[in-house]
Amino acid sequence: METIYLLFITVLAAFLGFELIRKVPATLHTPLMSGANAISGITLVGALVAAGGEDGTLTTIIGTIAVALATINVIGGYMVTDRMLAMFKKKSDKKSEKDA
Amino acid sequence: MTSAIFINAAYIVSACLFIFGLKLLSHPSTSRKGNAVSALGMFIAVVVTLLHKDIISFHWIIAGVVIGGAIGAIFAKKVEMTSMPELVSLFNGFGGLASLAVGWISVIELANPSLADTASVLVSSVAQASSESTHQGLSISIANLSIIIGGLTFSGSVIAWGKLSGRMTSAAITFAGQRWVNIALIIAMVVVSYQLTQTPENMNLIYAIIAISVVFGVLAVIPIGGADMPVVISLLNSYSGIAATAAGFAIGNNILIVAGLLVGASGIILTNIMCKAMNRSLMNVLLSGFAKPVDTTLKVEGELKALSPEDAYFVLEAAQSVLVVPGYGMAVAQAQHAVKELQELIEGNGGEVVYGIHPVAGRMPGHMNVLLAEADVSYDLLLEMDAVNQRMDNFDVAIVIGANDVVNPAAKEMKGSPIYGMPVIEVERARSVFVLKRTANAGFAGVDNPLFFRENTRMIYGDAKDTLNSVIREFGDD
Repeated sequence: METIYLLFITVLAAFLGFELIRKVPATLHTPLMSGANAISGITLVGALVAAGGEDGTLTTIIGTIAVALATINVIGGYMVTDRMLAMFKKKSDKKSEKDA
Repeated sequence: MTSAIFINAAYIVSACLFIFGLKLLSHPSTSRKGNAVSALGMFIAVVVTLLHKDIISFHWIIAGVVIGGAIGAIFAKKVEMTSMPELVSLFNGFGGLASLAVGWISVIELANPSLADTASVLVSSVAQASSESTHQGLSISIANLSIIIGGLTFSGSVIAWGKLSGRMTSAAITFAGQRWVNIALIIAMVVVSYQLTQTPENMNLIYAIIAISVVFGVLAVIPIGGADMPVVISLLNSYSGIAATAAGFAIGNNILIVAGLLVGASGIILTNIMCKAMNRSLMNVLLSGFAKPVDTTLKVEGELKALSPEDAYFVLEAAQSVLVVPGYGMAVAQAQHAVKELQELIEGNGGEVVYGIHPVAGRMPGHMNVLLAEADVSYDLLLEMDAVNQRMDNFDVAIVIGANDVVNPAAKEMKGSPIYGMPVIEVERARSVFVLKRTANAGFAGVDNPLFFRENTRMIYGDAKDTLNSVIREFGDD
């Protein structure tokens, strides 16, 4: 039953993902990818439980490595996406900045 | 139990924030806010997870987060915009490796029930025990899937990174019998996976699975040439999301499933756009290294007409509307700032400049847009292929900077050309065409470009940045 319930979420999320991302314009495809990288760092959530448990050395070591890798994605992904998106400006925006 | 409900409720909030963040990404003016919203969702998901009852010590978590955070921040600050494709593939690889690790841990935990929830095993009756074991087989298969996808995403991304950063040749690498090796690997993968469901406590099987999937990832990416990299990056991006979803299934975590699928969907959509832009199927791209050598009897004959930057200036000075078509060569020459300078000079003369961007220009989706945004070009001047093709006849000058295949008329005219059928930017219809090119060689796909021999085409040889700067100096002199 649990598996069916998870499958239900999976199908709905897949449809939602397709609908949302189809609307992203071509101009933003690179930031979309790096932003998606950051979101795929969600594995961090799974890794945290493993690294913080008292399950024995091997799981703790693998868990800690997974935490570090996923954090690279989360922090690096969001920061570099922000850096890129800050560059996308329209001419009128720039003029109003100069006026201000 | 109450903490489990609280954590899952918070995950719903995070999922909504991810979705809302992606929605805001649908326009450049709101996109930065969208990224921040998505980051907030991640922050909430991480913080509430720390309340999980199984987390009893924090020092390893802190160590991992500090090390990973520092590395990520350094990458994000230091990376050049021209190197974004490399960075994204490296991040894809890290994501894959993290999912592999989570899958591995969950196999270990499933194999040792004492580590998992002992209470639930105690209460389960004998009748339930048998269904329990099939359930365990399913759980292990899913965890195993997350190891496989994670492993091949990791090694494939590392190879893609090597090719993009020039650390290894970007040409397709193939060897005799490669197909048979791939088939053998797939069979081995199935056999070992089955063995693992029978004896999950055998660690050697996990090592074997990891080794097979890593080798498979390497073999899948080496036969793909540099020009097809936009497809490969998009596909690996999708895999990194699907690996996270599989890991989410393995540990029964909703937020991993939802977030992983959003990433997976994004990668698949981009892969699809890239393939369509090259008029090729995904299979064709992935197996392109194995295709027979192209028929080289189709030769384009004619005379190349070279032009000096000084003469180019006289034409541009009088031009009313100019189209710029950038390609990977612009990134290599770091010419985006010079392009922007030229744009301002032409605009100062009362002319108009727009940019025509082919979906597969550069080495990843949207690569050119980011470079031009870096040079402070307004995003409403960055037009898509169809938009510029519609008004192509009205452009006085089309300047092609470091692009070749995406403006090659052979795609429409020469049946039998390897790029025949690919939609291209039809610059040959503009009144005159300037091609900025380093040498007179064929482009990345090794295809002759009849555009260069057209009556209205002029070749300006040299480094694109130097050429543009020479033209800009001419503007300054008068």
